[in-house]
Amino acid sequence: MKEKPWKPWLLLSPSLTAVFLLLVIPVCFVVVYSFWLRAPSGQDIPAFQFGNYAKFFADFFYPVILLNTIRVALETVFICLIMGYIPAYFFYRTESRLKPFLMILVMLPFWISFIIRTLSWINILGDSGLINHLLLKSGLISSPIPMLYNEGAVIMGLIQYLLPFMILNIYVSLDGIDKSLAEAAKSLGCTEWQAFREVTLPLSMPGVSAGCLLVFVLTCGTYLPPMILGGPGNEMIANLIFKRVIGTLDWPFGSAISVILLLLLVIIVYTYNRYMGINQIFKSLSKG
Amino acid sequence: MKKLISGWTLIKLYTILVYAWMFAPIVAVVILAFNPQQFGTFPLEGFSFKWFVKLSQNSTIMEAFQNSLVLGSLTAIFATAIGVPAALAFIRYEFRGKDFLNTMLIAPIMIPEVVLGVALLLFIRWLQQPKSFALLLIGHVVLTLPYVLLIVQARLVGIKREYEEAALSLGASPFQTFREITFPLLAPAIFAGMLFAFTISFDDVTATLFWATAQNQTVPVKIFSMLRTSISPEINALGAVMIVLTVSIPLAAGYVARRFARGNTP
Repeated sequence: MKEKPWKPWLLLSPSLTAVFLLLVIPVCFVVVYSFWLRAPSGQDIPAFQFGNYAKFFADFFYPVILLNTIRVALETVFICLIMGYIPAYFFYRTESRLKPFLMILVMLPFWISFIIRTLSWINILGDSGLINHLLLKSGLISSPIPMLYNEGAVIMGLIQYLLPFMILNIYVSLDGIDKSLAEAAKSLGCTEWQAFREVTLPLSMPGVSAGCLLVFVLTCGTYLPPMILGGPGNEMIANLIFKRVIGTLDWPFGSAISVILLLLLVIIVYTYNRYMGINQIFKSLSKG
Repeated sequence: MKKLISGWTLIKLYTILVYAWMFAPIVAVVILAFNPQQFGTFPLEGFSFKWFVKLSQNSTIMEAFQNSLVLGSLTAIFATAIGVPAALAFIRYEFRGKDFLNTMLIAPIMIPEVVLGVALLLFIRWLQQPKSFALLLIGHVVLTLPYVLLIVQARLVGIKREYEEAALSLGASPFQTFREITFPLLAPAIFAGMLFAFTISFDDVTATLFWATAQNQTVPVKIFSMLRTSISPEINALGAVMIVLTVSIPLAAGYVARRFARGNTP
């Protein structure tokens, strides 16, 4: 085939234009706006000052929300990992005819509305939800245990959303491991557990870390679960941005918080990319 | 050896528990949708379609459904129209800066939707344009483009270049080659990309909350505003409809695509 050097660029130009015009430039706008001033009248005045950032770190109120976000993200990563590794390992090892069906089931939540999946926890955890109903009926408790509108409920919703990402990432990594390696270790005298710990587990680490990064990043930007399942104290950084921009129309301050969130994620993704390579994540995403 | 089997049994059991945990809330929504009780809660007291009937009479939800369908379809068309050529460029050609550009086009997946929402809205405000359906559509195309790229690229890698080269060497023009060889082979990938874009657009809440006006609210945004008051059985019914719809569409599409693919292989 005769190669025309301009041809790939022609094919790329619509996407590149769209992303540049509608994403790169607008994000630059956010950065620029974060230095602007907000007049008491509500007008935005072009300026170059760090007042919005200073306001964020002026007292504990905003940094606590940032730290809460990071803590919830770490907790979610940890629970997703614990809940996700064993099913992924099951898929790797099983020879069941049901395997394709079970894999589709893992991906099924991707197709189910996010908001429905989130609010569905109200039916389980609410005062008249499934758990309280069963406990009341069995006589173990006399009044419903409040389980909604706290951090635990938010994390439940987050795991529901993110667990498939974790399972798939780990599975893709496990699937690339030659099973005869563990067999070899066993024939050399390792027990099943030793073979797993010394051979399979280390080889699956790229998938584990990719899953962890993805879950962390997606949790940090999450808006809906704290809104629906959380109480007033469970606000995360995205809720704060929404409130400042849509609620009080404070664009410069909202922009500054957005930049802080972006910076946090950029630092984490950049560090990850230095050591692990970002492509692992995209590899498993395309399987989903 | 006996110990090994029990270990495997534990793994199986654990996996079953994780599945149960994952699907219990979803099943609960569907079950409660049929509960005739006034509050959408347990215990079940009979079986009725009354909330579905009530839902179908709710004109604002029906309107939101229409908005969602139109928005999702248009998003799917535009996102694949610009995404498929880009995927072709990345898989079929070598050029400078390829890896960088590929990462740049896919990286928006990692940008929080809230930030995308603020960014595009700020830009539109600077251009002194009002919020409109066009803004919502443009936003959704940007939101779904990385996913379309990922899906189509993954499928494209599997299509051998030799077929195209054979057609060319047998005298077909490049356009004929595309029409007769590449496009039919590519069709399932395009279809998968469209389906994915549609689902993401149909499902999106966060960014849509930023961009939507009162006139073009989508179903999830409508659900969100209904939730502010309380969870009603109507929401469970709507949830059940959405679950059945969004699950059956890709399953059916997968079936059709498989039939289609089988018809194409000689």
